[in-house]
Amino acid sequence: MRFDYLRPASLEEATAFLAREAGAQPLAGGTDLFPRIKDRLISPKYVVSLKGLPELQGMGPGGGGWRLGALTTIRAVETSPQMRQLYPILSQAAGTLGSVQVRNVATVGGNLCHAVPSADMVPPLLALDAQATLVGPQGKRSLPLEKFFLGPRLTALQPGELLMEVAWPPLPSRWGGVYIKLGHRQAMDLAIVGVAAVVALDAAGRCLDCRIGLGAVAPTPVRCRHAEAILRGEKVTPSALERAAEMGMGECQPIDDMRASRRYRCDMVKVLTRRALGQALEQAQRKGQG
Amino acid sequence: MKRHITLIVNGAPYQVAVEPYRYLVDVLRDDLGLTGTKKGCGHGHCGTCTVLVEGKAINSCLALAVDLDGGNITTIEGLASDGQWHGLQKAFVQEGAVQCGFCTPGIILMAKALLDENPTPTEPEVRAAIAGNICRCTGYAKVVKAILSAAQGR
Repeated sequence: MRFDYLRPASLEEATAFLAREAGAQPLAGGTDLFPRIKDRLISPKYVVSLKGLPELQGMGPGGGGWRLGALTTIRAVETSPQMRQLYPILSQAAGTLGSVQVRNVATVGGNLCHAVPSADMVPPLLALDAQATLVGPQGKRSLPLEKFFLGPRLTALQPGELLMEVAWPPLPSRWGGVYIKLGHRQAMDLAIVGVAAVVALDAAGRCLDCRIGLGAVAPTPVRCRHAEAILRGEKVTPSALERAAEMGMGECQPIDDMRASRRYRCDMVKVLTRRALGQALEQAQRKGQG
Repeated sequence: MKRHITLIVNGAPYQVAVEPYRYLVDVLRDDLGLTGTKKGCGHGHCGTCTVLVEGKAINSCLALAVDLDGGNITTIEGLASDGQWHGLQKAFVQEGAVQCGFCTPGIILMAKALLDENPTPTEPEVRAAIAGNICRCTGYAKVVKAILSAAQGR
């Protein structure tokens, strides 16, 4: 549990050191890193603090949509007036993570890079069609967020690479989105099932686009593209929602663990997908009025 | 090898030499003798180690002391001033919200952070704010009452 500590003055210094030293771990908030060190699941020789690196910070408009720096705290996403107004699905999801004390230091980058299948920020970002930008000694590269996750706690990050930011394109004006997190408790829990749904409508009330992100029910968070296809281009009726929810159930591969059985998770995917789609639809419909 | 850092705790600068792998809760308690901050789970679940850093509530068991060099930290010892308890401390005693007292420093600091940001919270907002602070004794009812009462007293 002993390690050395560095705070690089620049992103280049950080990525170069991380690439060179196999025993180095990056430090952002530390709320996942330190429990793992304390439990002796990992024993890094160096902890490399990313504090203050400007390229990893900030949130704001970008490319017509929005960008979120990796060092943005979960609390900042939860409480930012802009985020709550423009992308409430994200601030809502952020509020489900841990406690205030954890959210004040935990970061978007940490939540994504630790890649726990139940990570709360991921299903909403998938539902926003986010891209991840990575930066390393070889430079920058971007990929769809879906491709960032390879397995439980396994990401596409190469040695020395850091997640720099996530960004997503603009949405049609008439859209709604929610994240529903099923847990045993009202706080301080991992998701048993996490469902994020985004629905966008055209002027006639037909579904222009639909995205469904699921967490905690597969080795990685997933998009339910078959379920989405059922709704896209169609008038959203209760029976269509039912069929999409049923299809969503087929797109997950949950496990039995101490929190829930596989069977219960499957059942809950269907219930919560239907509920999330319904709530997202209502939000979108309200935007067309008045 | 120890690093020389400065921690500004309750307004006073402390210069300490700490190993890079030490957490803030241990430096506060063992190096600075400020034992009001308690150690519970060590993993960021229970909240007994809650302190304020730049006014924000954090779990000091997951904060590396060296990463907070130059930071402004408020511990429970910093709440009373001029020999007078802080309104929250008075309310907790008046309402009977302290039993064994182990969770109390952490919960009071979390409540202070809440009231500094939101001086008139609703009961659900209070409960959501202290969701990261476990109390084994009180069942929370009097804790919530004390926080709401302190909010009204402002």
